[in-house]
Amino acid sequence: MIASLIFVISFAALLQFFILHCRSLLAYSRRVELSDRVREVTGIAAQNVKAGDFGRLLQLVRLCPERGEDRKEIRVVGAYYSLLALLDRLTRSMFPSVAAWAENERQSCSYFAAVALDRRISYSRDLFTQQVADRL
Amino acid sequence: MLGSYISNLLWLAGFVLEAYVVVYSFHKKTFVRNFPINFYMLCEATVTLGLYFCSRRFGTNSVTYAYYYYYTDSLLTILMFWVIIRFYQMVFSEMHVSQYVRKFAVLLLLATAAFSYAVVHHQFKSNFTNQFVLALGQNLYFVGVVLTYLLWGTVLKLRETRIRLVQLILALGVYFSGTAGTYAIGNLFPHLYLPFFRFLLPIFGLWLPLAWAYTLTRVPEDARLATASLLARAR
Repeated sequence: MIASLIFVISFAALLQFFILHCRSLLAYSRRVELSDRVREVTGIAAQNVKAGDFGRLLQLVRLCPERGEDRKEIRVVGAYYSLLALLDRLTRSMFPSVAAWAENERQSCSYFAAVALDRRISYSRDLFTQQVADRL
Repeated sequence: MLGSYISNLLWLAGFVLEAYVVVYSFHKKTFVRNFPINFYMLCEATVTLGLYFCSRRFGTNSVTYAYYYYYTDSLLTILMFWVIIRFYQMVFSEMHVSQYVRKFAVLLLLATAAFSYAVVHHQFKSNFTNQFVLALGQNLYFVGVVLTYLLWGTVLKLRETRIRLVQLILALGVYFSGTAGTYAIGNLFPHLYLPFFRFLLPIFGLWLPLAWAYTLTRVPEDARLATASLLARAR
């Protein structure tokens, strides 16, 4: 009885803490403006990064050289995105408001991926510039 | 074979991350300022190392390994209470209530031990010590969940904006709730514990140094964020 109660409460708390932790990672990137360069590469207009763009953006992120330090947050946000996609599929017909919330969150995940891509492109350019400078 | 390979990999990754947090703090000269976190990570790294040698010498199915694992785990959880107290003190820094927080945490710790003793004493007349350590582990982690949840409530109420502190607390919440849940599910389905759930404990154990290493390395100390925005709907 006690173990069941602890399991239910802990699972609910785990879900909540995980969502909040992911949102704190996303909130940080939401304040970052996307550069024209990344908009051009991805075809994203204005602020409208679509929820479904996440996979495509992540593929582009993986094409760039790794910065190492952003690997963990990309993985955590990727897991969060998968969780939201599942929630969206499960609740779309029965709880449209939950599905709408999940859609908004997935949009934030996509924006996060776009910011990560922007950072990696800048990093690649810096690396390239450095290599050219070293050769000279 | 695969299980032992995964376990070794998780131990190694855990040890490296725990050591990284301590070394990084030394490097940034913040070891003393974040002393409870660093001390915990140091002890955790030492225990991980001990666990590895214990498994090599006695095997993971030995009684010595089981005693070492559960006793050190309980001791580390108690040590973690110190970290939570430190977080409370940071959140309440302007209210000067540290001594009340300390007293409350110690009382809660004693109450948990007494409760676990009472439950186990009532149910198990034989094999008492082992059952007590298991129940104490589960209950301590659950008290950790409750304390972290209350701490998170306080963070929201007091409109704490230090994002580093917020992320450290949320990562701790994930760790405590995940571990308490794993202990509870292990108690509920003991036959499923060894084949499946035993990997969950090292994974959650890995989560904490990973998340803290990330936060301490990447999030500047002066970074601010309105915590209420984490609860609001994304725009």
